[in-house]
Amino acid sequence: MTTSLRRVGQLLAAAGLALSFSLGGCSSATENPVERLPILGLKYSEPTSPSDTLPDPIPAFRLTNQDRQVITNQTFAGKVYVTDFFFATCPSICPKMQSELLRVYKAYESNPDVLFLSHTIDPAHDSIPVLRDYAERLGIQDAARWHFATAGRDSIFALAKAYMTGAQVDATVPGGYAHSGTFALVDSRRRVRGVYDGMVPAQVDQLIKDIPVLLKEEAETQPVAAK
Amino acid sequence: MKRHPLRLTGVAALLLTLALSLESCFTERQNEGAQLYAAHCSSCHGDQGQGLERLIPPVAASDYVAKHRAELPCLIRKGMQGDIVVNGIHYNQIMPGHEDLTDSQITILLNFVQTSWGNTNQIYTMRETSELLGRCNGSDGQ
Repeated sequence: MTTSLRRVGQLLAAAGLALSFSLGGCSSATENPVERLPILGLKYSEPTSPSDTLPDPIPAFRLTNQDRQVITNQTFAGKVYVTDFFFATCPSICPKMQSELLRVYKAYESNPDVLFLSHTIDPAHDSIPVLRDYAERLGIQDAARWHFATAGRDSIFALAKAYMTGAQVDATVPGGYAHSGTFALVDSRRRVRGVYDGMVPAQVDQLIKDIPVLLKEEAETQPVAAK
Repeated sequence: MKRHPLRLTGVAALLLTLALSLESCFTERQNEGAQLYAAHCSSCHGDQGQGLERLIPPVAASDYVAKHRAELPCLIRKGMQGDIVVNGIHYNQIMPGHEDLTDSQITILLNFVQTSWGNTNQIYTMRETSELLGRCNGSDGQ
């Protein structure tokens, strides 16, 4: 009798444990601090082996920032960076999104290993002077820390896809471009390590918490990353 | 005695359901100004009317809101662009128009802004808003 009761108890405990694990999967892992961030992204390239399931790295890019400096992947070598897509005249989500990204920037303003990269999706309007004016009005004096960058529209849209952000021309929305307010956190090996909805302060809080996790990993793997 | 708490729970649940269903009848319009602000303005001007650095001017404690009272209905309906000075700071952004808001919604929205976050300005009547909207041929009479 007691053994069967105990067995029932054990079964219940196991079920409870399983349930709590599966429920845990529903919420983001805020309670258990993550030791390592996932590697995210899409895979279009041919697997190099049957076990190769790693997503494609961020492709090579060549952009121009608000100081007319050319920026490439090399600009971010040995750094982690946060990226988003916006346009200066955006009347819908951009101001809110950029004010949230500004919050992240201010949290890491003193850390030169964390960079920021905002791409304009309206390069026809957002010339270099427009981008510089925008950055200055937002309070960003140092272009080397937060790049406001432009390139051909097709390159920008292709990059948006790589950073897991939606961006496209849409004449039906105010401003003429439909885009999501996604922030992507990218490591020094061109891999997306987190995506966050820039319109949701709780997700931006999570980004602020995730950056040190990535920095810790970067510090540990530095010899590998440097080769 | 033992069943008492259960019965109380039942009554409480009933009251709660009643309260919730009644609430939906009444509170919709009560905070309409705040709701309109949240839906149409807060993404740019901030959830507390604070604006965004030197990009977007504040509507909280804003001298512009007080000084340009008569122009605000048209400003909301038609939008604006070009340099403006708010609390001594220059701003230059495009504000989209809001043709989707009726005269009365603009009145309710403006009255919320004129009496919130440090603004203590004169409110508008519906008729006054419609008259002011006439200046930009913007009144829809609703």
